[in-house]
Amino acid sequence: MSQDVVFQDVVSQDLMSQDVMSKKIWIVLQHREGRLHRMSREAIAAGQRLAAALSGQAEAVLLGAGMESLAAEASGYALAAVRVIDDAKLASYTPGGYVSALAPALRAAAPDFVIFPHTYQSIDYFPRLAQEVDAGLLPEITGFDDATGELLFSRPVMGGKLVAQVRVKGEGTTLLSVQSGAFSADAAETGQAPVEALASEEITSDREILGVEEVGGDQIDLTKAEVIVALGRGVGGADKLGPSEELAKLLGAELGASRPVIDSGWLPRDRQIGSSGQTVAPKLYLALGISGAIQHLVGMKGSSTVVAVNKDPGAPIFTVADYGIVGDLHEVVPALTAALEELSD
Amino acid sequence: MRIAVCIKQVPDTEARLRLRQDGRWVDEEDLPFVINESDEYALEEALTLAEKTEGEVVVFSLGPARVKEALRKALALGAHRAVHLRDEAFDGGDALATARALHAALSRESFDLILTGSQSDDSGYGATGSVLAGFFGWPHAWLVMGIDLEDGGGSLRVVREMESGMNEIVRIALPAVMEVQAGINHPRYASLKGIMQAKRKPQEVLAAADLSLDPAAVGAAGSRLEVVSVAFPQSGDGAQMIEGDASTAAKTLVEKLRKEARVL
Repeated sequence: MSQDVVFQDVVSQDLMSQDVMSKKIWIVLQHREGRLHRMSREAIAAGQRLAAALSGQAEAVLLGAGMESLAAEASGYALAAVRVIDDAKLASYTPGGYVSALAPALRAAAPDFVIFPHTYQSIDYFPRLAQEVDAGLLPEITGFDDATGELLFSRPVMGGKLVAQVRVKGEGTTLLSVQSGAFSADAAETGQAPVEALASEEITSDREILGVEEVGGDQIDLTKAEVIVALGRGVGGADKLGPSEELAKLLGAELGASRPVIDSGWLPRDRQIGSSGQTVAPKLYLALGISGAIQHLVGMKGSSTVVAVNKDPGAPIFTVADYGIVGDLHEVVPALTAALEELSD
Repeated sequence: MRIAVCIKQVPDTEARLRLRQDGRWVDEEDLPFVINESDEYALEEALTLAEKTEGEVVVFSLGPARVKEALRKALALGAHRAVHLRDEAFDGGDALATARALHAALSRESFDLILTGSQSDDSGYGATGSVLAGFFGWPHAWLVMGIDLEDGGGSLRVVREMESGMNEIVRIALPAVMEVQAGINHPRYASLKGIMQAKRKPQEVLAAADLSLDPAAVGAAGSRLEVVSVAFPQSGDGAQMIEGDASTAAKTLVEKLRKEARVL
């Protein structure tokens, strides 16, 4: 074998590996009532950024039944393609249906990353999809960084008290989800993407949908409140709400709460703020004894001014607060009431 | 009905955290550990279902020696037996690697239902139960807020939480994996009698070799994810911290809310 031939082999291998190195990123878009979910637009922004960082291509994937207008909406973004699985069996979401629709397509196309919005629906099925196609599974990223030459993802751990930097090992596809608000929906670049059908095999369901119900009947609408006094686990009991209620009354505020307060039955469920409760954006948000788990933060970080009172100076609520007091709310709340009363005298 | 519950022992969410010297996780020395919150609710749900069906509850947990305490508590609350997956080879696993090990342990016997919490308060992948269901090829549901037995125990009527204050009601055939959301029930307290009885209940310890698991397929070695570092979050602009005793701080805050933020 001559040297020349060997050289040519090396060249062609290089070209091939360059081709292989062109990373493919899929973004699976969630939709509701015929429109893209807000977090789907955030996922597009994340996917576009990841594609740019990896010199790759981002494509969107849509699944459902009767998808023409949604495909048209998705094609308005700067994407290499919008791939659609349109099947009557996908009219309602079931994890079995979504996994059976996506698994063959993922195996065939073998994208490097598949991005999901970190919604309750995605978390219900995408870990299962990862297991099915033997892919890596990286839930709830809040960002990524390749400044060091290595791609590292950040995600909250310890209920948001810490941020972990995570490396993905090994070859093959990785499925990841993007936490709400981590990427701005407005940053999603618009464009003109071609719409293509994505082949699927038999779609099977693994649950029967019986219906939906509203949680807790008459909802108190906290979304219109100008001032919210929100209580966390630090309140310590249903019998200890009095001073906070008094403060709320003085401020003309609605009472809200983080999940542990609701689960403990200290306040009714329609007072819950966060990913499984209401999303609020008042002028003033007083977080009392709330540590600031990410599920709570996503429901209140649109507030104009945030005050946090917590015993733990390391509580993540202080990272989104404008004003912070490290202290026992059972002392600070009566003092605040007194200071406000002094003001009105 | 034979029910398995998978619980995780995690740092107490109230505990002050310090970072380990290598910066890759929290320092576990002197750190108080508890049963993960949503797993406590899963255990309560299992105990209630077992009482209704005169069934058995077997509790599984993967982790180091300290996990024994969590299992003992579960036994004191009413679980009948405990299985501890304890092997250095299991440590540091992501959701896929941990579910793979749990699957091997759970497959040694037959269960009608596997219950676990929706999310751990430490790593928080929120995925281990779903992946476990995948290994079994069973249906699952995440963020479960209600479970009722139907048609003589052949299926479940499941309430699962959706976003924006809605629940979806679905029917799921057994066997299945249910990932329970905190708040589904009111977990009981251990009675003195329960605590005494727990000491006599069987606790089994299993290593990777006992399950014929390749150590390279579980734990950190079998994971696609590797935590490189952990850090306290950067607060962006950060909160303006107001100092002083309660009364002084309250007065300063009111002043700032009026004059700086102009929200009062």
